[in-house]
Amino acid sequence: MVKSELIQKLAEQAKILPKDAEISVKTVFDSMIHALKSDDGIEIRGFGSFKVRKYEGRSGNHPRTGNEISIEPKKRPFFKVGKDLRERINKKTTG
Amino acid sequence: MTKADLVADINEKVGLSKKESTIIVELIFEIIRSSLEKGEKVKISGFGNFNVRQKKVRRGRNPQTGDEIEISARSVLTFKASPVLKKVLNS
Repeated sequence: MVKSELIQKLAEQAKILPKDAEISVKTVFDSMIHALKSDDGIEIRGFGSFKVRKYEGRSGNHPRTGNEISIEPKKRPFFKVGKDLRERINKKTTG
Repeated sequence: MTKADLVADINEKVGLSKKESTIIVELIFEIIRSSLEKGEKVKISGFGNFNVRQKKVRRGRNPQTGDEIEISARSVLTFKASPVLKKVLNS
């Protein structure tokens, strides 16, 4: 399923205009991105949680040339599936 | 951030009532959940992809007792962040 299909399903199931469904889906993901950008974690009950992990800069070696290079500090988002959803996915697809 | 914040944002941006906005937020996640439950991938451009992966049965150890145990075959959900999201976090 891609975003446009999610929007279409939302419009049908919530009985709202496709335009409103589109703004709703965009708003949800934009807000989540904004939260992560502010280093705020996200907790969606019944779904899972998102957290930002920070990595310090360090020096490393280029795997091919062996030259020493500096690795910049970075941030990466991580998702942890909620217990309910984890069980739901496991039950349905492995029986 | 929790669902309550998302409800408030929809209430403000879409102009739906608090009650309707709550239903919208719940529905969005429920539509994603049912798709994943069917084993489908869910791709949200600009955010990331949710993928259901099948794990085969494997042998492991109970870390506490050191006993060898069998880890059953299972389906797990993985998330891969979009390059766009990674870029946003580091800009």
